[in-house]
Amino acid sequence: MIHTDKLAKTFTVKKETVDAVKGVDIDVAPGELVAFLGPNGAGKSTTLRMLTTLLTPTSGTARVAGVDVTADPAGVRARIGYIGQGNGGGHSFRVIDELVMQGRFYGMNSADALARARELLQSLDLADLAKRTVIKLSGGQRRRMDVALGLMHSPRLLFLDEPSTGMDPQNRANLWEHIMRMREEHGTTIVLTTHYMDEADSMSERVIIIDHGRIIADDTAARLKANLAGDLLAVEVAAASAAGVRGLLGRAAAGGEVSENSYDGVVRFRLRLPEGARLAPGLLLEMHDAGAPAQSLELKPPTLDDVFLELTGRNLREGANR
Amino acid sequence: MAAHGTIAGTREKHGLGRVLHDTRYVFWREMLLPLRDPFSLVFSLLQPLVFLGLFGPLLGAAVGAPAFGGQSTLQWFLPGVVVMIALFGTSMTGSNLQYELMTGSYERILATPLSRSSLMIGRALKEWAPLVVQGLLIALVCIPFGFVFHPLHVVAGLVILGIFGIGLGALSYALALVSQNKEWIFWGVQQTLLFPLMILSGIMLPIEAGPGWMQTASLFNPLTYLVNAERELFAGSVGTDTLLGLLAAAVTAAVGLAVGVKAISRNIR
Repeated sequence: MIHTDKLAKTFTVKKETVDAVKGVDIDVAPGELVAFLGPNGAGKSTTLRMLTTLLTPTSGTARVAGVDVTADPAGVRARIGYIGQGNGGGHSFRVIDELVMQGRFYGMNSADALARARELLQSLDLADLAKRTVIKLSGGQRRRMDVALGLMHSPRLLFLDEPSTGMDPQNRANLWEHIMRMREEHGTTIVLTTHYMDEADSMSERVIIIDHGRIIADDTAARLKANLAGDLLAVEVAAASAAGVRGLLGRAAAGGEVSENSYDGVVRFRLRLPEGARLAPGLLLEMHDAGAPAQSLELKPPTLDDVFLELTGRNLREGANR
Repeated sequence: MAAHGTIAGTREKHGLGRVLHDTRYVFWREMLLPLRDPFSLVFSLLQPLVFLGLFGPLLGAAVGAPAFGGQSTLQWFLPGVVVMIALFGTSMTGSNLQYELMTGSYERILATPLSRSSLMIGRALKEWAPLVVQGLLIALVCIPFGFVFHPLHVVAGLVILGIFGIGLGALSYALALVSQNKEWIFWGVQQTLLFPLMILSGIMLPIEAGPGWMQTASLFNPLTYLVNAERELFAGSVGTDTLLGLLAAAVTAAVGLAVGVKAISRNIR
């Protein structure tokens, strides 16, 4: 569905060149749900905008839905749907009018466009608002209308740029429910960008982590977490017996850092433990045998944030500031 | 979905056919605004009448009939008012775009397969469309006051204004894109250019009454040729002025669209 070869984009801002995307190779098969994850300014939106022909690549090639983005941008646009970061509905227009015209822009006839608009309004809980002007909609309603606009022509490949930024958790869940349902019904291929790691984690089958214009990881969220970041283990032992387990925990961390702090006669060790859930019981026994039984244990599965930290040494939330 | 079939069916057009096809829909979307809110049209109809009613008599009294080449003041001034409405209307094309640039509406439409020229032509024609009604209406209203109405000539005049409007609208569109996030630039440039162009074309007052340098300057103003063409047509004849006006309109349209398409494809951000 998507194939890119060293796709790159360089901007010139006030005589300074910025390499926003530094040659990315992406392959997406039909039916996949892929998230581009990265901090703000990482280049994920720029990549998406090249794939949707809203930006022309500086170098490299991209074929989207079988069509080259540089040779036939209009052909690409006819075959994809795009839901941008902003709200797509014109402020003074009526909801239904915008949907029908969107269908017409894609070459649907007026009867089909009207039927499809009604169907989408129904399934996105907007049916009562069909004749309302866009400016009178709430934020969540506008976002759902954006989804409706993007789905009007039933694209087989749908791009979403930061679909849920600024939405409250309930609206986010609601939005995702709709997107997932469309996907199940039509087998739509979906590519989205997000800087919410939990969104990439729970919704996507495949996560492409982008940082400083490069792809630094590309796999399922589960495998990324298992391979790149262990579970976070915190164990507490009595201060008197702490010395006996330091070496043991150091070996368990397999070269990773073991931090400790002590309070009230207790020492709390924290370390990354690959496959923590499987190894923790054995570790507890070893600690017991070493004369330092654990007084408490906490095991946290890794997040994509941990993966990003492991890959870049930075926190995903810290954004693009080096 | 039924939609898949229709896309393949109608999107295969290329070149001019596609531009015309797409322009229809862009125009139609824009027209939904005044059609859904027809009161806005009522005011736009009143405006030219105010000009004719209040400025026309002063003009006649101040300049005197000889300056109008033997025509009555009304016959001379009415085509100018029509050009003025076209000028004000189509040079506003970009202002309506500014709102859509601020939300994601412009980007959403940019991501559709619509041809780039059609985005500008459709919007420019929406600003021109009310002129057809306005022009015919004021012509009719002026008949009792001695205006001689040549319907076919007037319609031809309106078509030429439409072609000119496409060019000016496209330039206005490009200006809105360039001044994105700095709305004052749009208004500054639009207002700064509009009035000198208007005065130097002889819309309001005969340029022949001005000093030589103004007359020379007016020769480089495409609007001058347009106004002359409209005056000739509204007087019921077709001649050199009409042809020159048509040429000026066509050149404006070609330049405007070229600049506009470039502005759209220039990758900002």
